[in-house]
Amino acid sequence: MSFLDKTARSFLLSELFGGMWLTIKYMFAKKVTLNYPFEKGPLSPRFRGEHALRRYPNGEERCIACKLCEAICPAQAITIEASSRDDGSRRTTRYDIDMTKCIYCGFCEESCPVDAIVEGPNFEFATETHEELLYNKDKLLSNGEKWESLLAKRIELDLPYR
Amino acid sequence: MLELWHGYVWPFLWIVIKIFLLLLPLLLAVAYLTYAERRIIGAMQLRKGPNVVGWFGLLQPIADALKLLTKEIVIPSGASPVVFLLAPMVTFSLAMVAWAVIPVDAGLVISDINVGILYLFAISSLGVYGVVMAGWASNSRYAFLGAMRSAAQMVSYEVSIGFIMITVLMTAGTLNLSELVLAQSEPLFGFLPGWYLIPHFPMFIVFFISVLAETNRHPFDLPEAESELVAGFMTEYSSMPFALFFLGEYANMIMMSAVVTILFLGGWLPPYDISPFNYLPGFVWFSIKIAFCLFLFIWVRATFPRYRYDQLMRLGWKIFLPFSLFWLILTAFIIVYK
Repeated sequence: MSFLDKTARSFLLSELFGGMWLTIKYMFAKKVTLNYPFEKGPLSPRFRGEHALRRYPNGEERCIACKLCEAICPAQAITIEASSRDDGSRRTTRYDIDMTKCIYCGFCEESCPVDAIVEGPNFEFATETHEELLYNKDKLLSNGEKWESLLAKRIELDLPYR
Repeated sequence: MLELWHGYVWPFLWIVIKIFLLLLPLLLAVAYLTYAERRIIGAMQLRKGPNVVGWFGLLQPIADALKLLTKEIVIPSGASPVVFLLAPMVTFSLAMVAWAVIPVDAGLVISDINVGILYLFAISSLGVYGVVMAGWASNSRYAFLGAMRSAAQMVSYEVSIGFIMITVLMTAGTLNLSELVLAQSEPLFGFLPGWYLIPHFPMFIVFFISVLAETNRHPFDLPEAESELVAGFMTEYSSMPFALFFLGEYANMIMMSAVVTILFLGGWLPPYDISPFNYLPGFVWFSIKIAFCLFLFIWVRATFPRYRYDQLMRLGWKIFLPFSLFWLILTAFIIVYK
């Protein structure tokens, strides 16, 4: 009897029709697509996106050229040169990040004693050429100015967990 | 002069006009079939599918076509260039040529020949040549394996397709496709549509599944199994030759849907020849039925996983062939002794 039952089921394609019934039901179900360029998903405050160099509220740059970020960078994407400024403080003369080497691990940010280098919430910085992704100090500082409000917010939100 | 015009020039022009009237909507349908497929499969997988280019993404096929046109045609260094470029043309033109005998409406057919069904069968059998040529000329292992699978698959399933066509043409008593459709106009038991779908329902299912195999569609898309053969016989193709293969494949889908419609779904006939149904002209009914078949194609693609090669052969030779042969003999007995 089980043979007959099996044969009948396979000839009546019951499993196939069952599967097709499922797909046609899903055709009218609510879609889960996020219309990406128009809608975006939520980001954690710990999200590690494009880098930025921050300044103090009085406009002084935070970075003191301690080179901890350069030392810890596992991809060796960061290059720093430093000298003393006219007022005797130690500052970077060059701060380059090769964004095509960077692996977005966030160690630079973790190692920074003055919260100067941070990774912001921006992840839409694709360019058409490689050269545009070799960031220098100007680019990083201008990123800092552009994203400062969000950067400060995200550090504040993450503070309780540090 | 007038004699020349009426005897030769005008009939020739009329044929050309008919060909354009058929091919332009057909090519447009092919383009929008790819769009429909992406939207429907997207919907069935809880996605949205292309919806950004134009209204509801309706310009997506045009954008795709432009993209393919502007790409470079790559001919692999080991390939045989003439055969390599000929293969997509063969596939594409065969998919178009078959439409010559398809009656879109009563009397609306380019060539109303008496062996239409035989012609269709011959053309669809030739389709395998494009694939085999592509596989051989590419000089690539993936392409070659894909082409071999495709050849085996098409040959296997053509046998049962042939038997089913014989069953249908025995029932109708004609090889002419227009007459075949008209033979389905008589209502069954006085109230059911006279379509062969109803008396030959098991054969409709077998025929549809065989058509899936014949057009290399899911779940029988072994010739282009992405996970094992990259893209099968299309692996080495790019740009316009690729587009021709693509168009050929989808035009074949539409063509086989038209064949299913003519053989089983009563061609251009409305389900009942009464007032709300027969307001629509015949070619609209024909298109609706084709669209339904194409939806089935896409629905099946969204539902089932791919068959293994030996399962495919087993299904073709050990199940479909005996079953369709049995049905053929049964039909013959009923016709003789009824």
